Amino acid sequence: MQTYKNDFPILKQAIHGKPLVYLDSSATTQKPECVIEAISNYYCNDHANVHRGVYELSERATRLYEKTRKKVQWFINAAHAHEIIFTRGATESINLVAQSYGRSHFKAGDEVILSVMEHHSNIVPWQMLQNQIGIELKIIPVSDAGELEMAAYEKLFSPRTKMVAISHASNVLGTLNPLKKIIEMAHAQNVPVLVDGAAAFSHISLDMQALDCDFYVFSAHKAYGPTGVGVLYGKTALLERMPPYQGGGSMIERVSLEKTTYAELPYKFEAGTPAIADVIGFYSALHYLEKVGMKAIAEHEQALLHYATSKLAAISGLRILGTAKEKVGVLSFVLEGIHPHDIGTILDSEGVAIRAGHHCAMPLMDRYKIPACVRVSFGLYNSKEDVDALMTGMKKVLEVFK
Amino acid sequence: MSELRELYQEVIIDHGRHPRNFGVLENATKQQEGFNPLCGDKIILFVRENDGVFLDLKFDGCGCAISMASASLMTECLKGKTIKEIQDIFNLFHRWVMNETDSDLSQEKLGKLAVLGGVREFPSRVKCATLAWHTLKAVLEGEKLQVTTE
Ligand SMILES: Cc1ncc(COP(=O)(O)O)c(C=O)c1O
Repeated sequence: MQTYKNDFPILKQAIHGKPLVYLDSSATTQKPECVIEAISNYYCNDHANVHRGVYELSERATRLYEKTRKKVQWFINAAHAHEIIFTRGATESINLVAQSYGRSHFKAGDEVILSVMEHHSNIVPWQMLQNQIGIELKIIPVSDAGELEMAAYEKLFSPRTKMVAISHASNVLGTLNPLKKIIEMAHAQNVPVLVDGAAAFSHISLDMQALDCDFYVFSAHKAYGPTGVGVLYGKTALLERMPPYQGGGSMIERVSLEKTTYAELPYKFEAGTPAIADVIGFYSALHYLEKVGMKAIAEHEQALLHYATSKLAAISGLRILGTAKEKVGVLSFVLEGIHPHDIGTILDSEGVAIRAGHHCAMPLMDRYKIPACVRVSFGLYNSKEDVDALMTGMKKVLEVFK
Repeated sequence: MSELRELYQEVIIDHGRHPRNFGVLENATKQQEGFNPLCGDKIILFVRENDGVFLDLKFDGCGCAISMASASLMTECLKGKTIKEIQDIFNLFHRWVMNETDSDLSQEKLGKLAVLGGVREFPSRVKCATLAWHTLKAVLEGEKLQVTTE
């Protein structure tokens, strides 16, 4: 099995005297050398503010920044570059849609459909609208295996349904949701769909035009890129009808003290100086993903997922959460009699980094009647040896708690 | 490994697995919820107090071995103590796990509670050890709302 570990400088270190085994890519991925270099190069050679100066340096920075937008467009096959809006992350992208689209299109009593498996960032922004304008939230239930109950979903629609906001993949269960079907059903009722792609982007190839979703959001830092950068993809027709989310520099066309007219897409939604270096660093991350190939990445993660699933399932008292047919490389579990935090601390002493907790999905924890769980998540730098190290750590857990 | 052994001493594993004074205290005069929003651990502390003495304490909830053991050992230790004594123990314990060791802070004074000192080498786990104690503090101060470790 090929690994790409050597491309990631951070993975060359030891933790508590053991080689670092990073199994928390769902929280954030590590960065390949090319991304780190791109950011450093940019600051050494090309930094200036974008869309402002008439001088060479500013033009260079602007060119690199806009080149990333084109790259994202190409990467997710969006129809237009102006449909790619840079934000701080998936969270900000969802808040942007809730506050801009939601507040201008929803009235009291209107309904938004979510699911139990949503990350808090795709729940709380809608609850804020609930408080602000009195919308109602309708929740798609999840089966024991961790799949959306599609029959129940269909029944949630009413003439007041104004939006479906759904994750592409669950960051806890790993479930890949049947997006095509979800979107078709919503569109049949003239309801737009926002997809939280934070846990899916960088794991599978995407095609916005084929998918036909109305909004798609993700974070660069979960896709081998820098922190502080996210994307909101939106269809032109919807974005044009939305008022700005924040006011400030760059998002205006003309400002007088009486009246302001707003800039065209995408700048209308990019107020203030953006995370220029990080956006430019994201270009290198996308280039890196392209070089490795999305198909190869998906196959690599699936191989690790199956290997780890079979190994972990053999531990007595261990229950895997999420056994959907289609999953990304995420594996959550609970172990009878041993709390996830204790497992996390003991694994850390073996150099193995996993996440223990509620993973910002408390409603999902309630659904499975557990306070927390252990999550193992893979990136393209992981190998079977990493899973073996995890298993050695699990042995130690059982020893300490014997 | 030695730090790990220090953290997961037998007393902790035992109290974590079989917490003492666990459950609802029927005739409690005070009750306080404590929550660690970072990990979702939650406890409810019940106290029966009379005339400045904690006659009985129990706790309910769920959490890791450290937080359960800490609550279990705390309720054991405080039973029958006066509020003044409890305040002193609280201060001692707090200094002990926050690594403010100094000459007058000896292990003897803390008794069994000293085993929780192992968290000092695990900064991310200190909050597990102090959840029950934060909740206790809220009881002492008569807060009504849920307290958090944040
Ligand atoms: C499914 C899902 N949605 C949204 C987010 C939020 O992403 P960010 O914190 O980068 O905005 C995450 C991150 O954990 C996630 O896993």
